[in-house]
Amino acid sequence: MEHTHTEQHEGKGTKEIWKVTLILTVLTIVELGLGFWMMGMPLGSGIRLAVKGAIVILMMVKAFYIVAYFMHLKHEIKNLIMTIVVPLALFIWFIIAFLYDGNSFKNLRNTYDPHYKEQSTIKIEKKEEHKSEEHHSEEHAKPTEEKH
Amino acid sequence: MSSSTTVTPTKMWSGGKSPFNVEYGKLMMWYFLMSDAFTFGAFLISYGTIRFSSNGWPDPNEVFRSFPFALEGVHAPLVFVSIMTFILIISSVTMVLAVHAGHNMDKKGVVRYMIMTIIGGAMFLGCQAWEWNHLYHEGAWWGSNPFLNHDGTASSTNFTNYFFTITGFHGFHVFSGVIINIIMLIMTLTNKFEERGHYLMIEKAGLYWHFVDLVWVFVFTCFYLI
Repeated sequence: MEHTHTEQHEGKGTKEIWKVTLILTVLTIVELGLGFWMMGMPLGSGIRLAVKGAIVILMMVKAFYIVAYFMHLKHEIKNLIMTIVVPLALFIWFIIAFLYDGNSFKNLRNTYDPHYKEQSTIKIEKKEEHKSEEHHSEEHAKPTEEKH
Repeated sequence: MSSSTTVTPTKMWSGGKSPFNVEYGKLMMWYFLMSDAFTFGAFLISYGTIRFSSNGWPDPNEVFRSFPFALEGVHAPLVFVSIMTFILIISSVTMVLAVHAGHNMDKKGVVRYMIMTIIGGAMFLGCQAWEWNHLYHEGAWWGSNPFLNHDGTASSTNFTNYFFTITGFHGFHVFSGVIINIIMLIMTLTNKFEERGHYLMIEKAGLYWHFVDLVWVFVFTCFYLI
């Protein structure tokens, strides 16, 4: 009796594994598709940001499936789930606070350090493609010659 | 382990049984992984902070566009790293299958899936070694960044510093995971778990291995995709 019970459970278990594998694969392919789609978009455009946001959401979904099913957390009892998940909620504050701080530092520096701002707008001529690797270091050392 | 999960919550904490319903080692593995999650979180958030505070950043599709044995001048952005991602996902799947085989006391299954997991981990490490070597020969290393920002302006070394530090730290985790899995395989082959009557060690090694896969999901997204 008990033997058949466990067998049923295991059968269901492997079915779940393959289902989660399929979900993770599909999510990764969608992420990659979005990544390829994003390549042609202009820098700093709203749609590019939206695609990046979508990729981050897909990343969170993937993380959920790995932790919940592969690491089996979803089938543990509530005490354990709460012990793991509640401290990780600190990351919400952590991410918002630090990224906001970084952005604010950029804005302050661009406002009060004109030299820095000017330096970061000077474009450098792109290196020619199909250069072999040995020539690369030479070319890097004398960039003025390269331009003539 | 007792199967009486119908106890009332007040009884749960009154001693005599684990309030988490898992064995000690597994609980401690979870706590270790949490501390590791905060370490990786700190690394990645620090990377995000620096990226947000910079006026420009290199385009990952320009940097990570090479592929082994590809012809000179042929560029394949995202392709190589997506293969690495799939290798790690598949090795995670074989690890769950090993854990399941362990539940069934199926030694043959455990051995088979552990070998597959180890091969997956070794393949991932090989891919990463190739990529690091390739970037090094392009002039990228800690303290040296040959790539330009996306808008064509000069880039600081922050990009390469963070890339090599974080993927290196993750690669070191993969390496230790492969070593742990090899030890688990040897213990399985020498019947250590058969004698104990359970394969709980495989579960603990599995938790670690899935965590390594989980971190790669974040590293892959933060460095290669966005």
